[in-house]
Amino acid sequence: MNTMTESLAQNWFMTQRQLKVIVRQPAYLVMMLVQPAIWLFLFGNLFKKVVELGGFGTTTYLDYLVPGIVVMSALSSSMWAGMGTLEEIERGTLNRFLTTPVSRGALMNANVVQNGVSTALQSVIIVLLGKLGGADYPGGITGLVVLILASVLLGAIFGALSNAMGMLVRQRESIIGVNTFLMLPLTFLSTAFMAPAQMPGWMQSIADWNPVNWAMVVGRSAMADNPDWGLVLSRGGGLLVLTVVAVWLSTRTFRSYQKSV
Amino acid sequence: MQSSQGSALPARAGAPAVQAHELTKTYPGDVTALSGMSLTVEAGTVFGLLGPNGAGKSTTVKILTTLARPDSGSATVAGHDALRHPDRVRRAIGVVAQKSGADPMATGRENLQLQGRLYGLRGTDLTRRVDELLERFDLAEAGKRQVKGYSGGMQRRLDVALGLVHRPEVLFLDEPTTGLDPEARTAMWDEIARLAGDEGLTILLTTHYLEEADRLAERIAIVDRGRVVVEGTPDALKGELRGDAVHLELRAQAQDADVLRAALAALPGVHEVLIDGRRISVRTEDGAAAVPALLAALERAGAAVAAATVARPSLDDVYLRYAGRRFSEAEAAHDTPHAELVTAGGAR
Repeated sequence: MNTMTESLAQNWFMTQRQLKVIVRQPAYLVMMLVQPAIWLFLFGNLFKKVVELGGFGTTTYLDYLVPGIVVMSALSSSMWAGMGTLEEIERGTLNRFLTTPVSRGALMNANVVQNGVSTALQSVIIVLLGKLGGADYPGGITGLVVLILASVLLGAIFGALSNAMGMLVRQRESIIGVNTFLMLPLTFLSTAFMAPAQMPGWMQSIADWNPVNWAMVVGRSAMADNPDWGLVLSRGGGLLVLTVVAVWLSTRTFRSYQKSV
Repeated sequence: MQSSQGSALPARAGAPAVQAHELTKTYPGDVTALSGMSLTVEAGTVFGLLGPNGAGKSTTVKILTTLARPDSGSATVAGHDALRHPDRVRRAIGVVAQKSGADPMATGRENLQLQGRLYGLRGTDLTRRVDELLERFDLAEAGKRQVKGYSGGMQRRLDVALGLVHRPEVLFLDEPTTGLDPEARTAMWDEIARLAGDEGLTILLTTHYLEEADRLAERIAIVDRGRVVVEGTPDALKGELRGDAVHLELRAQAQDADVLRAALAALPGVHEVLIDGRRISVRTEDGAAAVPALLAALERAGAAVAAATVARPSLDDVYLRYAGRRFSEAEAAHDTPHAELVTAGGAR
């Protein structure tokens, strides 16, 4: 067996292990599906009339909301990735793998890939739920694929950062604290629920720099009747750069974890 | 290039399986874990690192198993430099860490399969090896269930099986029976003794149970404050201590320990007297013959004796001699969660 196939095989084994863990936690799976459904239902009804204010590019609020909920869900589920890593450290699982010949890269990649697969799956389900609720996706399948890719990238960013934090601080409380602190501001300082035209100027300015918003902009631009590919590329490029930086950072913390053992 | 085969290369004849030279390691916050740890483990033997919690046993194992790097010193495991070629060492060793690293959401079989795959085992070779290990560790039935439902003993057996999947040259067992109930502990001891009989397998065992080291290890290194204080076979170590120990228990705490100590130390053949509350330990030439004189001396001093036992020197006595304190004191000093302390049986 040559090194390349062996390395790919190791990546696959480690990812498969992580995916199995998720599939075997029915409570987690149910939450992953029920939560976005509730959000779609609650926010969809609560804000139904804001669409009348104009600037949403549609007359049905649900059309506007679906990409927002897709991205918000990607954010909220990825933010907790560090908890799993922390548990693996405490249980000794990470150390067990570190004494085997498995490549250190495969250990890290497994987290990222697993996160990507779960985010993509969750996004598809939200899109389908939206369709059931009567949402319209004028950009067709291409627009939806771009939306899902954007949410996967956002998930990778926050998943990698959360993993880095788990390895660095080794405290559940810190992850919980940071996540609860960040979740709502990141969501409300974006166009998740409100068209940019209806947001106060200062909020718009902040949203322009919020990667959570970038993912929504990418999704909505690609899903429009006349997709704005310039926006998709610029914001999507930003997400890609951030993903690379976040994954690099979590690889660095992984090395510092190894030094602290 | 090393092969990706599951089985390790045969041990080089005559070369030690593990060699550590002057390892030092200080953790952030100025916690000195190792201060000149050196040890040599001959191939095919069971070597015990014995010491209280915090003595540096686990840090030594972490360095030898490539998890941690020392600040200075060198280490060779299975003929490979652990610092320069950790990847080669990893193929040759099996590690059973203190914490069970098994994945609780996976079944026992899946844990073993993944472990085997990481060492390059595939297909029928893998299936056969996994079946063999499940059978051997009495997990054939349990192997189908998720590990989270396992008892402490079952989990520990799986941990050992995980360490053996690829037929390593050197097996590290870090505190293999800590936290097990007495029954599971005895079963684990039998298992380790069986492993020791395996062709060519070298075992490095760490423990803070004196009895465990005494029972399983052919050679013991007593570790205290980050270095080896004495090394040898259990019998040789105990044999170096002259005479017997006589343990006396008073009905009430001694009123003046110094007077008692002086009275006992003045008796012929008495080398050493230790008084700890109601308990007195005396090291003397011929224990049984010395008892009447000791009792008489105590009676003259006005101390009523509740019990007296004569014991051959134990590893606890060896530890006391070389580390300068009782094993139990060293453990208590380190403030560990392990409340239970097993000392070598007094009658051994």
